[in-house]
Order: sequence, then C-alpha cells, then structure tokens
Amino acid sequence: MEKAPQHNRPPRWVDRLLTIIIAPHFLEDILGDLHEVYALHARQGNARTARLRYLLTSARYVRPYFMKRKPRTYSPTYIFSPAMIKNYLKISLRTLGKNKAYSFINITGLAMGMAVAILIGLWIYDELSFDRYFENHDRIAQVWQHQTFNGQIGTQTSLPFPIGDEIRRNYGADFKYVIMASWNSWHILANGEKKFNKSGSYIEPEAPEMFSLRMLRGTRSGLKDPYSIMLSESVAKAFFGDADPIDKTIKIDNNLNVKVTGVYEDFPHNTTFREMSFMMPWQLMIVANPWLKTMEDPWRPNAYQTFVQLIDKADIDQASARIKDIKKRNINKEQLKYKPDVFLNPMSDWHLYSEFKEGRRVGGRIEFVWLFGTIGVFVLLLACINFMNLSTARSEKRAKEVGIRKAVGSVRKQLITQFFTESFLVSGFAFSLSIALVVLCLPLFNEVADKKIAMPWARPEFWLAGIGFSIVTAIIAGSYPALYLSSFQPVKVLKGTFRAGRFAAVPRKVLVVVQFTVSIILIIGTAVVFRQIQFAKNRPVGYSRDGLISIFTSTGDIHKHFEAVRHDLKSSGAIVEMAESGSPTTETWSSTSGFEWKGKDPEQSVDFSFDEISYDYGKTVGWQFVQGRDFSREFATDSVALVVNETAVKFMGMKNPVDQPMTWFKKPYKIVGVIKDIVVNSPYAPSRPQFFCLSSGQGNVINIRLNPAVGSSASLEKIKTVFEKHDPGSPFEYQFVDDVYARKFFDEIRIGKLTTFFSILAVLISCLGLFGVASFIAEQRTKEIGVRKVLGATVLSVWGLLSRDFVMLVCIAFLIATPGAYYFLNGWLQKYDYHTSISWWIFALTGLGTLLITLLTVSFQAIRAATMNPIRSLRSE
Amino acid sequence: MKRTFLGEFEEIVLLVVAGCTGEAYGVTIWERVQEYTGRSVSLSAVHATLYRLEEKGFLTSEMGGATAERGGRRKRFFSMTNYGNRALQEINEIRQQLWQAIPAEKLQPKLSFS
Repeated sequence: MEKAPQHNRPPRWVDRLLTIIIAPHFLEDILGDLHEVYALHARQGNARTARLRYLLTSARYVRPYFMKRKPRTYSPTYIFSPAMIKNYLKISLRTLGKNKAYSFINITGLAMGMAVAILIGLWIYDELSFDRYFENHDRIAQVWQHQTFNGQIGTQTSLPFPIGDEIRRNYGADFKYVIMASWNSWHILANGEKKFNKSGSYIEPEAPEMFSLRMLRGTRSGLKDPYSIMLSESVAKAFFGDADPIDKTIKIDNNLNVKVTGVYEDFPHNTTFREMSFMMPWQLMIVANPWLKTMEDPWRPNAYQTFVQLIDKADIDQASARIKDIKKRNINKEQLKYKPDVFLNPMSDWHLYSEFKEGRRVGGRIEFVWLFGTIGVFVLLLACINFMNLSTARSEKRAKEVGIRKAVGSVRKQLITQFFTESFLVSGFAFSLSIALVVLCLPLFNEVADKKIAMPWARPEFWLAGIGFSIVTAIIAGSYPALYLSSFQPVKVLKGTFRAGRFAAVPRKVLVVVQFTVSIILIIGTAVVFRQIQFAKNRPVGYSRDGLISIFTSTGDIHKHFEAVRHDLKSSGAIVEMAESGSPTTETWSSTSGFEWKGKDPEQSVDFSFDEISYDYGKTVGWQFVQGRDFSREFATDSVALVVNETAVKFMGMKNPVDQPMTWFKKPYKIVGVIKDIVVNSPYAPSRPQFFCLSSGQGNVINIRLNPAVGSSASLEKIKTVFEKHDPGSPFEYQFVDDVYARKFFDEIRIGKLTTFFSILAVLISCLGLFGVASFIAEQRTKEIGVRKVLGATVLSVWGLLSRDFVMLVCIAFLIATPGAYYFLNGWLQKYDYHTSISWWIFALTGLGTLLITLLTVSFQAIRAATMNPIRSLRSE
Repeated sequence: MKRTFLGEFEEIVLLVVAGCTGEAYGVTIWERVQEYTGRSVSLSAVHATLYRLEEKGFLTSEMGGATAERGGRRKRFFSMTNYGNRALQEINEIRQQLWQAIPAEKLQPKLSFS
C-alpha cells in the first residue's frame, strides 16, 4: 500500500466541519471516498485546484439528507425530563431529611459563612463608596500641608485664613471653586422657644454648588447674603416640623440673627461632611469676628480648611505642584524653618488613604478594608471546606446507593445530576438562610461598625454576586461526589470489595488543617487586639477622670458670671471645683511655635501643645505635680507663669525646670511647676511637650469636678439650674470626661469586636465541620469498634483511637498558624508607638483552648461510639 | 402489480452497480456513471442515490477495504439485492413491451431532401 505523503492531504478544517455536519453512520465511507477523489485530483493536477475541488465537493454534502442522524436502536435515557427533575428534587429532599444532623450542620455552617461574607462585602462596599455621594467627587480635593516640627514632618489640613484668596488670585486657572471653611463646631441655634446644640461650619457661598447639595427648599445660592443659614433636612425638621422654614429667623449662639435660605438633604453617613448639619456664610464669621480682618500676621495661624474643585481638564498632580510653595511665598522668614509644603489631597483618597508619615502617604483605613476582606474570604473558605468535607466523608456511605442505582439501570449522568441537585439545594437553602441572618444581624453590625448600611435589595449586582457564589460553591462542593462516586463499578461496590483508597482522606485532612489554621490565627489576633487596648487603657492618664465633666460654651454668659457661678455651686455642695480651659482635658486643640529657652538651637523648629486655663484648673482635673506648684491667686506674677509636663522638661533638657525663665514670642515667662504627662489625643502616641498658662479670657470648655459625696444626678440637677439662670440662651449639655476618654478606644474596640465576632464564627464553623466529619468517621468504624470491644478494648482506648487523628491535625494547624499570626500581629503592633508585646502565653493558651474545643467536639461522637453495645454493631449485616 | 418507481438517475446508478464486475463503491460508481452518461455528476448526488437505493432495498452494502489514501477509512461496497434485480428486469420488460408497440415505420428515420 502506498502511503499518502503528509503534505498532500485535503484541508483538515474541512474534514473537521464535515465530521460535525455529516451523520455518523455516513461519515466513514463518504469521507474516505472524498479523500480518494482528492488524491486522484492531486495526482492529475496541482494541489491547489485539488483542494479547491475538494472544498466544492464537500460543500455539496451540506444538505438535510446527510445531516439527519439515524434514530437510535434503544429508547433514550432521559436526564432532564420533567419527571426526572421532579425525581432528583424529591430524592434530594428525602436525603436531606433523612440525615437531619448532617443537613443542619451543612446548611447552617455554609449560611453563617455566607452571612459573614455578605456583611463584610457590604461593609467594604460602603467604605469604598465613601464620599461618592458628591457628584464632582473625582474633581474635588482638599488643600493639606506638610510641616516640619521637632525634627519630624507632620501633615495637617489646617491652613491660614488668607490662603483661599491667594489661591484664587494667583493660581485660579486650575480651579473651578476654591472654598474656605471653618472647622465643624457646635453652635446653639434658637428659634423662639426651641433651642438646639448642632454642629455646622462657616463656609464660602459656592460650597453648595461644589458639594452638589440636593436642595429640598430654596436654591444653592443661599449663602450669598452674610446673614443667612442653610439647614440640613433633619435640623429643619427639628425646628419647623413640616412647615416651610424659608425666611424664618434663627438666632446663632444667642447673638446673631440669620434667615433660613435653604434646606438640603442630610449628607449620608458615609461622607466626610456627615456632621455638617448646617452651613453659615463665611462672611458671617468675619462679621462676628472682626479681628480676622486686622490680624497682625494672618499667615501664621493655621485654623481653617480649604476645599477646591478642579476644572475639568486640570491635572491634580500638576495643580498640586503649582501650589506647593504658596505658603513659603507669603509667610514670615521666621516661619520658613517649618518648610510648609502645600498639596492637594483628592477626595477619592480622603477616607481610605489619608495617613501620612514623614510627608509620605502610607495608607490609612484601606488596611482595614484589606484585613476584613481577607477575614471574609477565609471565613467563607472555612464554610466551603466544611461543605466539601462533609460531602466527601459521607460519600463512602453512599457508595452502596450508587451501586444499587447503577444495577437497576441508572446511567452515570443521572447520578451526577442527582448529586449536583443535592449540593445545589443545600447551597440554595444556605443562601436564603444567610440573607435572613444578615437582615437580623445588620442593625447590630451597623452599631458595632459605626455604619448605616441598608440591605441592597434592589441592586442586581448584589443578587448576581450572591447567587453566582452559591452556584460556584455548589459546583465545587458537589463535584467530588458527583464525578468520583458516580464512576464506581456497581459489582465491586455491591460485593463489598470496594474500599476508598488509603489516600482518600488526605484532602479532607488538609482541609481540616486549613480550617484550624485560620481559626487559630483569628483567635490569637483577637487576643492581641484586646491586649493592646487594655495596655493603652492601663496607661497612666496624669489626671483623675472620675466625676469630671466638661461643658462646651458657645456664649460668653457663664464666663461673665464665672465667679458667681463657682461660688453658688461650691456652696451648694454640688461640686468640688470648676475651671475654664481652651481645650477639653482629653485633647489639645492649640499648639505654638513661639517658645524659646536657654540653650535652644535657634534653627530648631518646635511645636508645643499649649492651653490657656483659668485658676483652679489643676485642682479641678487633678494634676499630679512632680516638681513646683500649681498656679495660685496669691502670686501676682503667675500671669506670666507656665506649668509644663515632664516630656517638655525632657525635650528642653532642663535639670532644674522650676523657676527657669522662658520667652513666648519674645515675652518673658517662668516655669512654676512640672506635672506628670497627660494623655491627650491618641492614647497610643507618645506624650508631647505640653504647656499651660493662665488666661482671663473666655475658655471653650468649663471643667467641673463633681462632689463625690453627693450623687452625680443631684449635682447635675443643681448645676443645670445655676447654668440656666446665668445663661438662659444655651441648652445645658455636658459630657463625662470618662466617656470622652473611652471614645479614644472606639476604633480599636470596634476592630476588637469585629474580629471577636469573626473568630467566634470561624471557630464555630470549624467545629461544626469537625463534628460532622467525626460523626461519619465514627459511623464508618462502628464494626471495627465493635470487634475491638469484644476483644477487650476499654472505652478510654476507643475514645483515644478516634480522637488521636483530630488532635494531630489541630497540632499541625497550630504549628502553621503560630509564625503567621506572630508575623502579622507584630506588624500591626508596630504601627502604635505605645504598644504591648506578644507574649508566648497567648499562643500557648490559644493552642490549649483550641485543643480543648477539638477534644470536646470529637469526644461527643467518640464516646457515643465507644459506649455502644458491640452486639448491636456486629449483629447488623 | 405494484412496482417501485425508480427515478432516471436512480435507475442509472442501479444499472451501474449491477454492471460492475468487481467491487463497487462510491468512487468507482461515480466514475462509471460519468463515463456512461457523459454528464458531470457530483459525488454527493451519487452517494445520496446509493443510500436511498439501499434504504429502498435495491442495494445492500458492507464495509471493508481501507487504504492509506482514504486515511484508513473503509469503503462501502454496494451489491444488488434480488429485489433490485427483479425491479431492473421489470423495468426492462416494460420498456421492451413499449418498444415493440412502436410501428416499424416510425422507427425508420425519415429522409428528407428539401
């Protein structure tokens, strides 16, 4: 036989098409004939025409006669007929119903995992969509500045008063709007008898346009007139109910009458401006504070915020580079040592990426997004692992079912469909249950996470993701039984010679190890987070918080009658002492660069926290003196005296600080006392140098130490009466310093609570899985245990036999988890200057705890199997 | 008597198969049909007719005789069945009768010298 040369073959793609088109029973001889004719033509002429003719000839076979398939000799098996579908569902439901414990574990485990994933998904979505409410969110930016103080670069949003005008005048080409705004602060708004303390800002008139306010009443041009105010919907409701608030008069801080010119929809919770419940014109602030216009050096104090909107074609990096030196061009030479670099921070980075270290962006909340995202994925993974594990563990039991089904005529596809139907059913139930769980948990979750997330019922993406995920889970979890079990040979299975291989359990063991590794990491993480919080809470605060309250004052009425109020309250026994201060005790709002002392490097730029206080402040808050004394009315010279903290003494390098002279903006001062460091601002940050001086001016805060001998509610009642007598225009509102201090830990406590929640779930899910797997293993080994018992094994030895494997797995998981957890948590702790260390006993305790939980879980099954009467297990067959 | 009708092309193909001395399969039959009729016939037409004749019972087939040229595919050898044989004879008889019915002078070609 002559072999056709390789190159002289008809085009292969045509053959492939013909194979598809021509019915199989015609295919062989037709294709053979075609090839033969081709060979003939190829011999006669050239290959090209042969190919062409081959193609043309082949084309003529595209006709129904050749395409029609021959009917089969046997009646077809139905895989997807309605009757079969009904049968699959019925059998699946019966299987689920028959193994109630298994179904319960599977569905609840998976539902919990899904619920966690949904919650975390919603949370991440909320975080990522922060500030997206504003139509121009991609063009809006805030002006920030880096400054060098005490040898470190700090980054802040506060800017000098004239910067807005300067940007508009000299750099205006890049910007559509440049808007100055005051910090959001509390003001008393009054209309007739109604008085509320609300937070809002003074802001320039284009702000409503820039923030694309959704106006409910009035227009966006409502801030043009200096004596106007725009209210958020909630504030307007509080004052006027459903009545039209436009043109109504509101009195601000008992002082200025303004007219309501607009009502806007409240800013949503996930926006930077959510606290801004009203807006007042920038011009009004200048009217109310005329000194703003006559400042000696308006470029020195940084006290205002600046927002800009770029024009459509401006590039933010270029615009940012252009305004970089705006401050250096305007400030005094003296101030140049702070090296202020101004830059634009785009709105899209405000919430998630606004942490700066040494003048560089180092991330921010995005870390939490990653952290929780990872946790969510892992918890979900745990749930899926359970699902798979239980399916595989159970599969050996179902081998017999497969055998019988095949023997009575089931084809493999029907078995595959049957197993898939079961896994789809389980994941479908789990998904519905998880939705219910999420709806139940969402209020609590919102509270813990400080969010206002609603269920996105109407969003197709949500359903697509949820259902898509359920399908993927069902396919992954169902594929083992569906594809592997259905391949069994019925003869082997039914004869009993079928044994799952030695290594059938290996993937299952690996999955258990993965589960426990994740759980252990989460437990250790939770422990460390709480240790860190406790560590910071135990830090000495430097004053006494018990029974200390602070009242923010907006009007000057109390200040005017301060001595009378103090006398009234002290003589009534309600309070021990009271004093005014510029910042609340828990914070420091002001800092200054003007201090000079002997031995200071003239080039050194310093930034010290300082506060102006009234007499008796130290007594009120309970300063702890290390050296020297408190301010006292007995010394006339105390008007130029300073009280400093220990860190300040250390920073300045003074041996004997008391009576040391200093200058503050060239004015002579003298240190009279040194106090222990006070925790202000972050309890995790190291203390900063802090200075206190006396001032007779009005403070922002009145601090009151309640009399511990009298109940606090009685004292507060008395304080309220006295305050309202002297300051009838302000509602009496106070805060316990204790509560305010506790708020410093909210972020960490929030993380702590969330990780606790997730680790509990992770452990629960893992244990559920373990419980299920253990029960199947115990069931499989029933006969073995029976024989062992007959031969004299004790309950204890049987228990050990069944538990040993699982304990081994948990030990392996522990060995894997420890270094991982140490690495991550150490990295996390390094972020805090004031942090705890990770002690070995956390690991040891976690390991023991996990082991204990494992043993408890497994023992339930192990003991049940061990105590069973061997007669019962051996009799069956 | 009820007969099966054979189309003109079917009849030719059937006759060709009947006339083959050796093994008759798609390609040989196709070549002969073209040879005898002098027409250009497509292979697919021949195939379709062969299969149809087989379906009607005039032909039977068996597979065999793979060659390298055919890519190792077997040929389908067709042979006539008794039923096919009888059908051809019947057709032939009818034709004969018809031929005989034609008057002799009609068969003579008319001469014309115009």
